[in-house]
Amino acid sequence: MASTTDVVATDTAAEPEPAPRRGARKPRGKANQAGGHLRAGWLTYLILIVFSVGSLFPLVWSAIAASHTNARLSEPTPPFWFGDRLFDNLDMAWNDANLGKAMFNTIFVAGTITVSTVLFATLAGFAFAKLRFRAKNLLLLLVIGTMMVPPQLTVVPLFMAIAELEWTDQLQAVILPTMVSAFGVFFMRQYLVQALPSELIEAARMDGANSLRVVWHVVFPAARPAMAVLGMLTFVLAWNEFFWPIIALTQQNPTVQVALTGLGQGYVPDRGVIMAGALLGTLPLLIAFVLFGRQIVGGIMNGALKG
Amino acid sequence: MTTDHAKAAPPDSSGGAAPRHTSEKTDEPTDREVKKLERRSRWYRWDLKYSPYAFISPFFLFFAAFGLFPLIYTGWAAMHQSSLVDPNDMTWLGLDNFTRLWNDEFFWNALRNTFTIGIISTVPQLLMALGLAHVLNYKLRGSMAFRVALLTPYATSIAAATLVFAMLYGRDYGMINWALGLVGIDPVNWEAGTWTSQFAISTIVIWRWTGYNTLIYLAAMQAVPNDLYESASLDGASRWQQFRYVTIPSLRPTIIFTVVVSTIGATQLFGEPLLLAGSPNGGSQSQYQTLGLYLYETGWVNLHLGRAAAIAWAMFLLLIIIGLLYWLLTRLVGKSNGQEA
Repeated sequence: MASTTDVVATDTAAEPEPAPRRGARKPRGKANQAGGHLRAGWLTYLILIVFSVGSLFPLVWSAIAASHTNARLSEPTPPFWFGDRLFDNLDMAWNDANLGKAMFNTIFVAGTITVSTVLFATLAGFAFAKLRFRAKNLLLLLVIGTMMVPPQLTVVPLFMAIAELEWTDQLQAVILPTMVSAFGVFFMRQYLVQALPSELIEAARMDGANSLRVVWHVVFPAARPAMAVLGMLTFVLAWNEFFWPIIALTQQNPTVQVALTGLGQGYVPDRGVIMAGALLGTLPLLIAFVLFGRQIVGGIMNGALKG
Repeated sequence: MTTDHAKAAPPDSSGGAAPRHTSEKTDEPTDREVKKLERRSRWYRWDLKYSPYAFISPFFLFFAAFGLFPLIYTGWAAMHQSSLVDPNDMTWLGLDNFTRLWNDEFFWNALRNTFTIGIISTVPQLLMALGLAHVLNYKLRGSMAFRVALLTPYATSIAAATLVFAMLYGRDYGMINWALGLVGIDPVNWEAGTWTSQFAISTIVIWRWTGYNTLIYLAAMQAVPNDLYESASLDGASRWQQFRYVTIPSLRPTIIFTVVVSTIGATQLFGEPLLLAGSPNGGSQSQYQTLGLYLYETGWVNLHLGRAAAIAWAMFLLLIIIGLLYWLLTRLVGKSNGQEA
């Protein structure tokens, strides 16, 4: 599933079916007032609360489970509140699964991928949005088309390549194949088409700025909000990337996801420790979500909106 | 931008601005200055002409190296025998890997599982997302909090989520069996059965992706012009009828899009079944082995890279067929809709 996520939304939402889309975001909720006095009733809230609890429950419960011993978790009635073993379990998970190194590796990998994706996507997105060149539409179509290539289709040769280069277990084996993303290019293009007035570029050109200067002084400032959103989305995806890392890396030099799979495979698995590991592997993103949830939500919704 | 005015003349005009700082010089540009201007304007034209390619080239270079080349090479590798032990030592086999796959019951089993898990995870997920988006589109308090809560699973990795769910679905001490016990249902060995294990896997998928699809639908719903609802309600349409006859048709492109994306995702399902049991065999009877898992087992457990490549190509073929089907479907739907309108 992971791989498709970077296809947040391409063109589809775009086609304004019935009429020109005016005030795209403003009239939220109003639509249903149209019928008269209808606003969200208690049933609406009930549904939303049930689903929100359902979304959060497994995570909360993993924290609860992580605070108990394996023995306590093997009792017929599962625990409903925190025990006192949380820090012991976190400690064991940290050491058993090599999580310190895994965490460092993942931050490095996800960070590098994010920076390069945002940079290259902005450059290419700018070119596709505002510059004129031969075969532009065809090339853009090609970019979108590449989103359809499933990662399974490339693993065998990629694995052969890294075996040949003796990169097995090296982080660059994970970083290099994902340094650009078609979704990123498309996302930035959609944003820049609207957010960057062509007059601004022309004015800079009039002042004699060359392309690099235009990029640095005009495009980057204009693109900053979208770059931030793309950066967050890319980081989440890179952090959670699973299929290729598990092939390219081993438990000696793992990313968090690879380390977590090792945690589940012990002979006598201590489930409290496994839950502690799962929690640790998710925690950085959860914290980011608490801090930037609003922006990430906005990013996904905008990705879908702008066709 | 402001730093360079003096140097930066509009390059290809015939020298309008160049003399700005030449008050102390003669009005006639010297030979050297003419050359300099020419050089600059040539550089400027090159810049205009080629910088777009420079900007898009990183994407295409990386794609060529890590996408296109492997894609083609997979086809080549699929016609060889190649072992994980020495991946680059390949023996030509022709189409043997493919005929072998055709007669391989595990392959068909994996294909079937991928299909059934795909259906039971995608359909409820998208239906729920549609309903939730509709509900979130009401005038609401705390709607941002609900959105963030619904999206949180998206930030949870496959590995972490599956470990948690595997424990919830545990046979002896899992919370779900405990809850079933409360209402008098005997414990279920979720991982052992075909139907139960596939159900368990699809709940993980549903859990992770419903919120994400909800937001995509919500975004599309907010783009539906308000007048449509107003006129519908003037005509006496109930809320349900508004949803049915205004919202859904307006969302059609988005719905098709999410169906396509979810289908592609379902074809590639890998992490959830791998981690449910902690091994790539997909259960004792391969009852939840998906194509992605079978590829992994063939290549990286049984060490047959060439056969793994053949499975990859089979998956690709499958995606193309699905893509064509959707394309036909959208054309049909589009046509019938066009007639209505």
